[in-house]
Amino acid sequence: MYTPVKCYQPYYSPFDPCPPRTPICYATPPNLYLGFQQPNLPQYSLKEALYKGTLWPSLYDPYPLEGGGYREQSTEG
Amino acid sequence: MNKAPKADRYELMEKIQVVDFALVELTLYLDTHPQDSQAIQQFNQLAVESRDLKNVYEQHFGPLRQYGASFSGYPWNWKDGPWPWQL
Amino acid sequence: MWYYEKKLQYPVKVTECNPRLAKYLVEQYGGADGELSAALRYLNQRYTIPDKVIGLLTDIGTEEFAHLEMIATMIYKLTKDATPEQMKEAGLGAHFANHDHALFYNNAAGTPWTATYIAAKGDPIADLYEDIAAEEKARATYQWIINMSDDPCLNDSLKFLREREVVHSQRFREAVEILKFERDRKQYF
Repeated sequence: MYTPVKCYQPYYSPFDPCPPRTPICYATPPNLYLGFQQPNLPQYSLKEALYKGTLWPSLYDPYPLEGGGYREQSTEG
Repeated sequence: MNKAPKADRYELMEKIQVVDFALVELTLYLDTHPQDSQAIQQFNQLAVESRDLKNVYEQHFGPLRQYGASFSGYPWNWKDGPWPWQL
Repeated sequence: MWYYEKKLQYPVKVTECNPRLAKYLVEQYGGADGELSAALRYLNQRYTIPDKVIGLLTDIGTEEFAHLEMIATMIYKLTKDATPEQMKEAGLGAHFANHDHALFYNNAAGTPWTATYIAAKGDPIADLYEDIAAEEKARATYQWIINMSDDPCLNDSLKFLREREVVHSQRFREAVEILKFERDRKQYF
């Protein structure tokens, strides 16, 4: 199992001029974990594959995450 | 104005994009998994499907493929738009 | 040789005339980690890489040209009917002075594309690691553009392109494994 996002909390100084945009998150897509792809992995339907951008659910990396997993940027859209 | 074939164009094109995308994915996969016979079988089946879909599209909207991979009508209609970025 | 096909790899739809978005998108057209750089990088490296991975570089390089055409389509549609005034407001005044509505291979800051964006070390591992890094950088660029874009139709196509970077990176990682372990040596011995 893996998570597609990791977050960290940078040090915030009382003298920092901008309000903190915390936490800071970055993508850790499935290609970091899958290793050499095994044969016969489950596939999306062909139409779904096009709209996901890959034929295999195990390679799909949603962005931005539903529920704002990537800090404030995703609340805007 | 004859609007009916226009609606068809996007629908047919989408079907081609769906099949051709799976062919791209399988191509890259097979480049690193050349022994996966099931994937090769799927690839070959989809290649037939893609060819058939393109033949249907071309009967309505003219040639898709360059340099003789598609037949031309009369007059020469390869050069006719709309081009992909204009659609 | 290559055959052109009158078809985009993925449907590109744009909600509104928005030259400011085009200004950002051009990063993926003529930028260091853009689609032009990617296509030329892989297709150039394939002459000096072990035979086992030439096919992969050829096929990913070719797909990158399809992505370049998608980016061009987005820029074209976002700016097609923009007035000089709108171009100016979008920060494209300098572009307009030189190119009118023409597309040009430069990055979002206006720096023209240069061959120095492309690495070709002639060492298979160095080059494939370069390619993996290039895919991750392109993925990140798509993220930053998606973060700034409020056009849902455009973002749909950008998410597709971002996902393709993930898949390409996966395949390049597999290529490294193949060269490390001679994974398919059964075929030859």
